[in-house]
Amino acid sequence: MSVDQERDAPVLSARQVTRARRRASAGRSWRAFRSQRTGLAGLAVLGVFVLLAVFAPLLFSPDELKVTEALGGVLDPPSARFPLGTDESGRSVLALVVWGTRVSLVVGVAATVISMVIGTLVGIASGHFGGMAGGALERLTDWFLVIPFLPLAIALATVLGSSLLNVIVVIGVTSWPGTARLVRAQTLSVEARPYLERARVLGGGHWHQMTRHVLPNVMPLVLANTTLTVAIAILSETTLSFLGLGDPFRVSWGSMLDNAFASGAISSGAWWYLLPPGLCVVAIVLAFTLVGRALENVLDPRARER
Amino acid sequence: MGYVVRRVLTGLGTMAFVLVFNFFLFRLLPGDPISLYTRGRNMDREQLRELRRELNRPVGEQFLGYLANPFSSGVDSTQFSRPVWDVIGDYVWPTLVLLVTATALSAIIGIAIGIKGGWRRGSTFDRTSTGVTLTLYAMPEFWLGMVLLILFSTGVGVFPGVFPSGGTLTPGIEPWSVEGVLDQAWHLTLPALTLTLAYLAEYALVMRSSLLDEVRQDYLVTARAKGLMDKLVRRRHAVPNALLPTITLVFLNIGFVVSGAITVETVFSWPGLGLLSYQAIRGPDIPLLQAIFLLFSLAVVVANIVADVAVAALDPRVRT
Repeated sequence: MSVDQERDAPVLSARQVTRARRRASAGRSWRAFRSQRTGLAGLAVLGVFVLLAVFAPLLFSPDELKVTEALGGVLDPPSARFPLGTDESGRSVLALVVWGTRVSLVVGVAATVISMVIGTLVGIASGHFGGMAGGALERLTDWFLVIPFLPLAIALATVLGSSLLNVIVVIGVTSWPGTARLVRAQTLSVEARPYLERARVLGGGHWHQMTRHVLPNVMPLVLANTTLTVAIAILSETTLSFLGLGDPFRVSWGSMLDNAFASGAISSGAWWYLLPPGLCVVAIVLAFTLVGRALENVLDPRARER
Repeated sequence: MGYVVRRVLTGLGTMAFVLVFNFFLFRLLPGDPISLYTRGRNMDREQLRELRRELNRPVGEQFLGYLANPFSSGVDSTQFSRPVWDVIGDYVWPTLVLLVTATALSAIIGIAIGIKGGWRRGSTFDRTSTGVTLTLYAMPEFWLGMVLLILFSTGVGVFPGVFPSGGTLTPGIEPWSVEGVLDQAWHLTLPALTLTLAYLAEYALVMRSSLLDEVRQDYLVTARAKGLMDKLVRRRHAVPNALLPTITLVFLNIGFVVSGAITVETVFSWPGLGLLSYQAIRGPDIPLLQAIFLLFSLAVVVANIVADVAVAALDPRVRT
């Protein structure tokens, strides 16, 4: 009887079994995530911003960003024609804010990818290899962890010059040490488990151990950390652009704030120019933070009690 | 004792790394350093020759000279045409006043909020304060500063424009008279408020979570079982133990604090190192930027050593 049942069941390859198990685990995580209201709210806000970024060209033509084709007056207050008023060259602030979403999201996500890759590689390698190599990587992580972020980013941005790619690189290469430290700690705890010893005894090489056994166990933690890193990367982009180290040819929320500050929007009381970009930064950073915290709760049982 | 010695040695190692990194980072600049260093400055031929001779020395020789005395840059600030460390000396005090005020206020207020929220987890106060602190955490400090400026300096609608828009002192007032001191405090209010709000979020969040760690400990059950009032259990037993991570945060946060100062001082025209950094970026004034980077990094390394020593002094458990 039981033999028949086994024969009837479709034969699954090892890979299919793994995939099914992963799907089930992802489903469980999603159900746990769904029960957290703040995380869901954050996800909804992120959805809105992603849609804005994708459909920006449909909402406002790129011509609206050109100073030469601006139609409004200088720092006009909100009106029916310009719902959020105009900037110092007569462009619609609403159009600028919508287009600015693109730069913030692209920089935030791309810089985070760089930071995650470096952080995970360094973290796993320094946890996996003991002795000199691991110790050296750990030292390097500690050093970069200590150097204050903004002064380092300013120095790098000055050396590299200002372009969108450079902003991404600067933020990416300055924000990895936190991840590396986290991943290293997790790697050390994974390395102590018996199944890694089994893999070693069966002759698994370093690469096999790191990619097949350590990495999958470290990934969930990295994922939660990623969401929080995106928030920090977006804030960093805003700060660097405000300091004039961003891409001068692209509108971002930080460059809008820089222009608002430089054009005297404060002393002329042009709140409509100042508030929208800043509120967008707060909304998107808060959304990423809330999603990140909710993910942490789902993936790390210890954090749940906080 | 071994712990402190080890931490101090590690700190010195980091300092050495910062010194070396600072030297080579700025040597990666593309283009002719002479034109970069002298942009927008009138120099006679003799001065240019002098500068070129300085920069044409072998890199190894320059490096050794730099290591012998990192604080005597061979090249003057290009904006001020003075040795960079002289310029920096003029700008240190306003930054110290601003940062010490803001750090003290934010630590006190943040810790108080964290204690109140963490002790009654899930209460209305806890949920509201967590929401507010997370929002403050998500704010670019300089934007908060600009919003406060437009509300309380320019004045919009019902908000009165009563505070000055920048600087440290109204011209014409004697700085150290009674009136002068009050006037300086008046100028300090908005920038200090901005930084306090920007920094207190982290103190509140860390204090709250470390108090939550303590709440479940057995010794609190004992304290309650002895019949101590809830207030005393909190004040005498839970808070002193939970305070430790937050106190070290005051020192570990120096890097974060410095970053806030750069943008907020710019917004409020506060004549400190932050505003100086902004001017150096806009130049760009490479020798000045390099010196400021070194100063900030070294300050953070020193603060880290202080934090390690402070923990060892306060907590016998780490002294192994």
